[in-house]
Amino acid sequence: MSKLNSLAISDNGFIFKPSTGESFTTNELGLHIIHLLKENKSTNEIITEITREFEIDKLTASRDLDEFLDLLKRENMV
Amino acid sequence: MNKKLTIAVTGLNNIDSPGPGVPVIRGIKDSNLDVRIIGLAYENLEPGIYMPGLVDKTYLMPYPSTGSEAFLERLSYIHSKEKIDVVIPNFDSELYLFIKFDDELKKMGIRTFLPTLEQFEERHKSNLPEFAEKYDIKVPESIALTSIKDLNDLPKPLVFPYWIKGKFYEAFKVTDSSQAKYYFNKLSAKWGLPVVIQQSIYGTEVNVIALGDGEGNTVAAVPMRKQYITDKGKAWGGITIEDERMLEITRHIIKSTKWRGGMELEMIKTEDGEYYLIEINPRIPAWVYLAVGAGQNIPEMLCKLAMGETVKPINTYKNGVMFIRYSWDLIGDISDFEKIVIFGEL
Repeated sequence: MSKLNSLAISDNGFIFKPSTGESFTTNELGLHIIHLLKENKSTNEIITEITREFEIDKLTASRDLDEFLDLLKRENMV
Repeated sequence: MNKKLTIAVTGLNNIDSPGPGVPVIRGIKDSNLDVRIIGLAYENLEPGIYMPGLVDKTYLMPYPSTGSEAFLERLSYIHSKEKIDVVIPNFDSELYLFIKFDDELKKMGIRTFLPTLEQFEERHKSNLPEFAEKYDIKVPESIALTSIKDLNDLPKPLVFPYWIKGKFYEAFKVTDSSQAKYYFNKLSAKWGLPVVIQQSIYGTEVNVIALGDGEGNTVAAVPMRKQYITDKGKAWGGITIEDERMLEITRHIIKSTKWRGGMELEMIKTEDGEYYLIEINPRIPAWVYLAVGAGQNIPEMLCKLAMGETVKPINTYKNGVMFIRYSWDLIGDISDFEKIVIFGEL
């Protein structure tokens, strides 16, 4: 998760990547996932956490997490 | 440095393809240097002449193409009035004269901090492949052409789209031979020959501004990513980035060439993380004020180096600092314009 630690992330969901100068925005769910990833939580732990926090079912949580991880990988942030 | 310095600066054309003069002056004025700023302008409508609080006095200069005699004569006249300590030329097209007559200027008491003639010549767009080979730097395939007929017979690796570049300024991306011929004629008529053909590389445009002390040391360097690019290819917005590889390439070039003075390295970063050097500008670029804002006052450091001071390298800067240009209508009085037109001074 060292790449994630190099990002500047604001509480508003604004993400700045200092290595490229690119910026992104994410919602509350994305922000929460990033914080959990930075705490080295496992995929299952993250699904459980966001299921509880955002009152969504496990299937939706799993799908949202997969999509968000894909985005992070595509943008070389993890 | 306690003495009040008189610093002459060119490049007051703060237009859509801006000269670096205005941001250079802003940097100097942000420093602790006690200065009098003399603007040297080539056109009587260069905005920097009229910007309130920017220059203390402006003089019109003859175009470098007029010849060295007229150029030196005018500079000598201005020096007799102003006692210039340092001159900072900011146009590619005038650099040759300032470098060539560096000794004459020194005898007059005017200091510069410019690359040597050899450094200036070997980094020319037309010499970039040789420069890259000599210093082991990756550059896109390119060739310098002196005849439009050669467009029909480009070496194999060069394919559309490619960039067609003027000797000093301007570049156009072309996708077919009719465009290539059109821009070849346009660029050769405006800037002379050769015209350079350079393979287009897909990636992000990134630049470094740097200052070499002439001994091989990089005393300042700040990388930037263009965020907003005008139709003339100029950065209208940019942001400082943290990119150690770009700084390594910069330090390597400055160390290998013992570069003296300001420079801008223009690069393309590909998706694979490769860096291609596309151009070396042998002077401070127009986005220099971003470096000042990020913690490296390059114009101030350059003035100190020109005055013979030892300048401690700055290795840090703030990343995520942005600049955004804007246009602003100045209201002026015809009498100011009249003074510039009639007397060549304001």
